[in-house]
Amino acid sequence: MAWEKGTEGALAPYRVLDLTEGGCALCGKMLADLGADVIKIEVPGGDSGRSTGPFYKNIPDPQKSLFWFAYNGNKRGITLDIAASDGRDIFRRLVKTADFVIESHPPGYLEALDIGYAALEKSNPRVIMVSISPFGQEGPYARLRASDLITMAMSGFMYLHGDPDRPPVWITFPQASIAGGAEGAAAALIAHWHRETSGEGQHIDVSIQESMTNMLFNATVWWDISGRNLVRVGDTWQIGPILVPFGYRCRDGYVSLNLLGGGRPSNVASSAGIVKWMAENGMAPPWLQVFDWVNEFDTTKVTQETVNRIVQAIADFLLTKTKAEVMERALRDNIIIAPVSTAQDIWENPQYRQRHFFVEVEHPELGASLPYCGPFAKMSRTALQMKRRPPLPGEHNLEIYEQELKLTRAELLILKQSQVI
Amino acid sequence: MTQVKSALAGLKVVDFGVVGVAPTTAKYLGHHGATVIRIESHTAPDVQRTMRPYKDDIPGLDRAAVFAACNNSKLSATLNLRNPGAGEVRRRLAQWAEVMICGFPPGTMEKLGLDYGTVSKVNPQIVYFSTCLGGQDGPLAHFRAYGHQVAALSGVSELIGWPDREPTGVPFAYTDWISPRFGVAAVMAALDYRRRTGQGQFIDQSQLETTLHYFAPVIMDYAVNGTVQSRMGNRLPYAAPHGVYPCQGQERWVAIAVFTDEEWQRLGAAMGAPDWAKEPRFATLTMRKRHEDELDELVGKWTANEQAGEVMKLLQAAGVKAGLVQSVEDLFHDPQLAHREHFRYFEHAVMGRHAYENLAFRFSKTPDRQGAAPAMGAHNEYVLKELLGFTEDDMADLYVEGVITTDADLPDY
Repeated sequence: MAWEKGTEGALAPYRVLDLTEGGCALCGKMLADLGADVIKIEVPGGDSGRSTGPFYKNIPDPQKSLFWFAYNGNKRGITLDIAASDGRDIFRRLVKTADFVIESHPPGYLEALDIGYAALEKSNPRVIMVSISPFGQEGPYARLRASDLITMAMSGFMYLHGDPDRPPVWITFPQASIAGGAEGAAAALIAHWHRETSGEGQHIDVSIQESMTNMLFNATVWWDISGRNLVRVGDTWQIGPILVPFGYRCRDGYVSLNLLGGGRPSNVASSAGIVKWMAENGMAPPWLQVFDWVNEFDTTKVTQETVNRIVQAIADFLLTKTKAEVMERALRDNIIIAPVSTAQDIWENPQYRQRHFFVEVEHPELGASLPYCGPFAKMSRTALQMKRRPPLPGEHNLEIYEQELKLTRAELLILKQSQVI
Repeated sequence: MTQVKSALAGLKVVDFGVVGVAPTTAKYLGHHGATVIRIESHTAPDVQRTMRPYKDDIPGLDRAAVFAACNNSKLSATLNLRNPGAGEVRRRLAQWAEVMICGFPPGTMEKLGLDYGTVSKVNPQIVYFSTCLGGQDGPLAHFRAYGHQVAALSGVSELIGWPDREPTGVPFAYTDWISPRFGVAAVMAALDYRRRTGQGQFIDQSQLETTLHYFAPVIMDYAVNGTVQSRMGNRLPYAAPHGVYPCQGQERWVAIAVFTDEEWQRLGAAMGAPDWAKEPRFATLTMRKRHEDELDELVGKWTANEQAGEVMKLLQAAGVKAGLVQSVEDLFHDPQLAHREHFRYFEHAVMGRHAYENLAFRFSKTPDRQGAAPAMGAHNEYVLKELLGFTEDDMADLYVEGVITTDADLPDY
């Protein structure tokens, strides 16, 4: 079974003009997956994201970027140079029937072309415009130059991640623009509710920096509430002054364990469960078999020395087990532990298989079907569907320009030869 | 003066969340004006109410800052819905809600008598959002773990750290902030469909699957090319130098990202045009990638004598992408975050005035409606009487029967 067929997407009546680049394209992808008619607008010759790897069969060709494919499925595609005056005119005409315009240009760029929100609002007061930028549209850093590495550094993420004896690290697959794109989609649909109930559109200003700062989760509260400026400690949980590792080596890779005690029964059962497993294998020291997880592992009382002794015993044991054995036991005994998965592990994981998460999408030009990540939510009435493979550059130019905007062939020829489309 | 309404003013949400994902999803709606009732119970307090840090380091359910961070802009009602006397409360909650947000594996809401099948009989228009680690089916459907295990199983952990070392991990439940963005989008789309058609629906979110969308090309690279990507420190295949470099002072670093040869020339000039930067072995991107170890070392030697803030200013002025590696303390002094009021201060009933993070977007027209997090059960009277229509007499019964929970119902821990 692929994604369920035959139903209308929840956002089927709405049109999105998508000017985003790079990871921000996830914004339009989410709206397209939910059923909106998303028209990706690329510069003539194609979006810069088409040069980002990985590539199909490692062939570095703009028509084969797996990165671009992943975030532009379900969209239609046109080419248009909005910096040219003819291009701007066409863009303005498209905005008249658009419900959303999403973009990730540097702040001020569209305003300078007189197609910023203030200008578009005049011709379509209902339009919702989402602008995604590294630091936001205004403010002292708004015009700084940034890539994902820079916004991840400025967000606080990197300072908290990495081994203490080496520089801070980011995540090897760039995340920040993707996070900004997802935040933009959520925000667009909150504004949509207001627009549909009041008739009023608005401008949404997404900061990629903030979208990563949000993801620090509980780190910021430590400074606010306790005055503790957390530092990077590797794959380790900082419970106040106590450090408890998450990461352990196993026979064929690594696993992540939350070692917990105190009063909560499920936490205690998890820790007792791993000791029981160790005992079955003759690898639980006698003192650990009688360890009182409720009273002796309370995070407000436990000492680092106790933690270290327990961790050493568990580390020795886990070295004898495989990732698969760990997962099986975790499920059987409700132990809060899981394998650190590689892309191969994920691809083979029965969880995704049984839920039919990966879907094959045909690319006739490549003579192949490519596997895509499936629905980000399973909706019972308006199932998310993969209706279209990502567009070729300008694939829907005629559909949009000729059939919809009623441009003549002669006009199209002029626009093509002047590289506007 | 007429008060401008928030985007979601009037929307009714019941939040059966727990830990991070579901409460954060509901918080997005609360921030923009929805009335969100967070259902809690003293018989089983949310684990985040029992996690450090506590205000003044004194443990207490209303002193836990992580709970506050995930649950502000909401009302809190403490109800034991498993109590036999809770039938009418359950029924009225199911009728009142337009959206229900649940953070449990399959089976839990059935035990409460508030699963989708039951609720949709009373309220066919309900938008019922369910999120858990693996989703509602599959071998991991009942697997209960934390964000770290989601990060491990979805491939995040494998991709952070150094190639010659074990994964360095994401210790701060990174994925707990991935899923809510997808969840909000799905819920709002379902609400729009309901507005147009009168039909509600059930939404099943797997936190593993949403996380895979943040890494989709990595999975495709394996499935199509057989390549297993792994961690590479701070490197990127199409940029050099691309990393963080030490500066004057303790734990001060600057991030620098150079993509084009033009940017490289600008960096060279900004560094004072040292001879090494003019050498042909660094002149083009392919050459810089070939000699990247050496390049990183030389750039690091230059930054090591400088102040991080000065390097950032100098390079930005020269047109090179650069930024501070900011600590959390730095964030509280970041002029851009201050400009956007990223941290806003609200008066919490027990913790007093403290900081709450804003979301990452600002609306030009509709105001948000953020507030402090609720103390446990702070809105029992308001929720049950004003919103659900129980009388004073009913309330007395609900207290006596233990449907409304109090400190007396707390477990031993």
